[in-house]
Amino acid sequence: MYSVSYHRASSVADAAKLIKKAGDGKYVSGGMTLIPAMKLRLAAPTDLVDLRHVPELKGIKVSGKAVTIGAGTTHAEVAANEKLKAVCPALSHLASMIGDPHVRHMGTIGGSIANNDPAADYPAAMLALGATIVTNKREIAAEKFFTGLFETALKDGEIVTAVRFTAPARAGYEKFRNPASRYAMTGVFVAKGRDGVRVAVTGAGDDGVFRARDMEAALAKRFDAAALDGIKVSPANMMSDIHASAEYRANLVAVMARRAVARANQ
Amino acid sequence: MGIEGVGARVARKEDKRFITGAGRYVDDMVVPGMKHAVFVRSPHAHAEIRKIDVAAARAMPGVIDVLVGRQLKADGIGNLICGWMIHSKDGSPMKMGAWSPLAVDRVRYVGDAIAIVVAETKGQARDAAEAVEVTYKELKAVTDASKAMGRGAPQLHPEAPNNLIFDWDLGNAAETDAAFGKAAHVVEMDVINNRLVPNAMEPRAALGHYDKAEDHYTCWTTSQNPHVARLVMSAFYNVAPENKLRVIAPDVGGGFGSKIYIYPEEIVCLWASKKTGVPVKWVADRTESFMTDAHGRDHHTHAAMAFDKDYRILGFKVETKANLGAYMSLFSSATPTYLYATLLSGQYDIPAIHANVKAIYTNTAPVDAYRGAGRPEAAFLIERMMEVSARRFGISPAELRRRNFITSFPHQTPVIMNYDAGDFAASLDAAMKAADYAGFARRRDEAKRRGRLRGIGMSCYIEACGIAPSAAVGSLGAGVGLWESAEVRVNAVGTIEVLTGSHSHGQGHETTFAQLVSQRLSVPLDSISIVHGDTDKVQMGMGTYGSRSGAVGMSAIVKALDKVEAKARKIAAHLMEADEADIVIENGELKVAGTDKKVPWFQMALAAYTAHNLPAGMEPGLKETAFYDPSNFTFPAGCYVCEVEVDPDTGHTDIVQFVAADDFGNIINPMIVEGQVHGGVTQGIGQALLEGASYDESSGQLVTASYMDYTMPRAGDVPSYRLSTSNTPAPSNPLGIKGCGEAGAIGSPPAVINAITDAIGTEELTMPATPQKVWAALKAATRH
Repeated sequence: MYSVSYHRASSVADAAKLIKKAGDGKYVSGGMTLIPAMKLRLAAPTDLVDLRHVPELKGIKVSGKAVTIGAGTTHAEVAANEKLKAVCPALSHLASMIGDPHVRHMGTIGGSIANNDPAADYPAAMLALGATIVTNKREIAAEKFFTGLFETALKDGEIVTAVRFTAPARAGYEKFRNPASRYAMTGVFVAKGRDGVRVAVTGAGDDGVFRARDMEAALAKRFDAAALDGIKVSPANMMSDIHASAEYRANLVAVMARRAVARANQ
Repeated sequence: MGIEGVGARVARKEDKRFITGAGRYVDDMVVPGMKHAVFVRSPHAHAEIRKIDVAAARAMPGVIDVLVGRQLKADGIGNLICGWMIHSKDGSPMKMGAWSPLAVDRVRYVGDAIAIVVAETKGQARDAAEAVEVTYKELKAVTDASKAMGRGAPQLHPEAPNNLIFDWDLGNAAETDAAFGKAAHVVEMDVINNRLVPNAMEPRAALGHYDKAEDHYTCWTTSQNPHVARLVMSAFYNVAPENKLRVIAPDVGGGFGSKIYIYPEEIVCLWASKKTGVPVKWVADRTESFMTDAHGRDHHTHAAMAFDKDYRILGFKVETKANLGAYMSLFSSATPTYLYATLLSGQYDIPAIHANVKAIYTNTAPVDAYRGAGRPEAAFLIERMMEVSARRFGISPAELRRRNFITSFPHQTPVIMNYDAGDFAASLDAAMKAADYAGFARRRDEAKRRGRLRGIGMSCYIEACGIAPSAAVGSLGAGVGLWESAEVRVNAVGTIEVLTGSHSHGQGHETTFAQLVSQRLSVPLDSISIVHGDTDKVQMGMGTYGSRSGAVGMSAIVKALDKVEAKARKIAAHLMEADEADIVIENGELKVAGTDKKVPWFQMALAAYTAHNLPAGMEPGLKETAFYDPSNFTFPAGCYVCEVEVDPDTGHTDIVQFVAADDFGNIINPMIVEGQVHGGVTQGIGQALLEGASYDESSGQLVTASYMDYTMPRAGDVPSYRLSTSNTPAPSNPLGIKGCGEAGAIGSPPAVINAITDAIGTEELTMPATPQKVWAALKAATRH
């Protein structure tokens, strides 16, 4: 790791002020991606602004079907929150499968979506739930938020403060892990909500998380795994690496989608 | 068997310090004035070094010096060597290219060391290493052994035209051809044994300390054999004469073979310490471990087996290409030859065998022995061949094996080995019973109803441990003898120190060796200490590899104990005015049989050291030394049965059952033996399902250089193992021990692949059988 200056922010406003003063500053939340990258000298920020001690970023609020999750909420908290589990168990299930216990107790939902790793789990959920990403400046629809590999709509210095969504009637998430890293090699989040069915895929697309529209159409007619039987997933636009070819990933998208629907219907 | 003696499940004495974080590893060592080193390494797989500019790096904060290969050469430090001479079939010696500890004008693999930066802190050394400017002229690289032999391939070493190191054979080609001429059935297949990265938990490390006042060097290093390290660094690398060089291998966190070898870093740290005047410590980071620890396996083999009409094996023909990487590591030539082809008879009576092995340079990390070393490659080949043949003939895999088992001993194979003991059918029976082999069809049908493909596979392996006798291995090209030494020191109060040339880096010697002494001399376990890993304490030793510490290391202790016991009896007999033949040792006392006369052990020891009343002419003291040179290899063998379920949608394989029935000869501590089998089988499952080092063919970059891409087995990847042993004692050593350290890694990969191929109904599957590969194989098989 190169030497770096550490700053602990006390509020969102304080964090924004600190990053402005920094040379090449980075926000750090759980640090589950940034810190390993820094250790390997693949990232070299001059300053780290720590968001972990900002109270306004914490906590999960559930009011009827309306859910708000503070950006600084850890995966372990999302996995264990009883109120959330009551209205959207699929999201808690997703959080319970991220990384390992250490990662789940350090990593945060805001950090994950701001990083937008193409193999991260949360982006699929945000897209399928039609979530709103709340920042210290504005509100952004998930659809507009995830713009490519490790790319988001966030502007310099902008901080994700919360995510908000309406709990769907049914939802399910299934992923197939990369055998080495255990990131999602393909993860599919299926949600049947007021505005119809959404199917979002992570880990597979060569431009990051995406919606599988033909699956959505089929499931809108009949929300059953069998409804997906005839649908071919094209390997075009799938990632390809030593662990999974585009063709294999396309297969995994189909298989995980069927399993996610089955789980949603359990 | 007592509660602490031979055969007891004694908890490991060393584990207290290991599991409380109190172990002392090289990185824990601190010497006053010590500084930190980082190596500048090649980012290219193959390039000429045009210029190395260290001026900017030298001026960086905290930097003490930056040293390069030219300076090392000027100081007379030698090239690294391979210590086992192999002659090609035309009689010519193997063609060893020069391996300079710091590359001077050419780099040959990604990670090749070029310069060492010594600085106040590791961070400063890293910063400065990035400031070393190396001008390269990139050359074409080749990572695949077959391609490296081809026309127009990049040439790595002028000494080795066509990158061919040797073209060696073993066995009788004419007899084997004749056997194929008589064959009723011939089965041919291509087998790849995938390249593995050893991944010891503790990365390699070295701390070199030159003491100017004494003109003496000390090297703390992560070694499985510190004495061999000292010998090689003195005799070949010209670091210092042996009496001026102390090598200490303290607690070492796993080796699996990768810490046998002498690497550039320890040599360079010692030299740099003299050059800079400060002690120099280097600790590899995980990426360096992936890139520069000697890798394992990497064989490509074409084989054919000839059978008569009754499916009895007539002959076996094997052609193997062994990728040895960019340089010849210390024992790299022995692994694909005498540790591989000599085991090609497996557990079977095969009248004629011929093996040809070509060893080849490529622009990849050096390849050397890794847990099993040659024997896993042999076992995988034979046991895939037996399984595929049985399926092709339509007879049961067990029956084909039984029909060909060697059943009488000693048995001379056509490939050097003389098997001295074994009962292969006993292990097969035990494994099949434990696995409920007979009930498999029912389990398969039940799995099918759940949409799962269930398969079963077996492997009947044999291996060879305790490589010896020294004269024999010398005649085969070994540069060293393969005996072991022991010294048993009985202190004046009766406590005991055992100095051994074996090295413990996870094996539990501090417990098992003490159990042996406790049993023999009837003293409590905690009054016995095992001392190892320091050339200033132990005079000489050959170290730990090839599952030799029990069979060879403990046998040396037995020889020393024989002498200690004889002298103790003499002293006791003298003290009690009895006949030495009547002395029995039990319950911490030396007694005169049939009387109530006795002397406590400590009193006898005290008498040896006060020397007030010793037999006439006896020297005072009680300390004995022995060297033990085995008369034969030992031959652990066994049968493993693996049962899997494959998810046809994703290709994911679950190992639902794994049974191991081993013959390890006599066992000192069953719990430790089971631990060795657990670890070995898990590594074997790792090779079969998960692990594989992968280089990008055009750039020569290691693609799997971290745990993000290299899959290590996790607890959830393996089932609870069901283990048993049915043992035939090894006739060649006094304890009847065969060795158990590598068997699991040797026997398990073919069992796993045989099970998966049974499940998916096609033999077209290479290791590691990742979900993607299994899915693709299944898809290809259904298409046809």
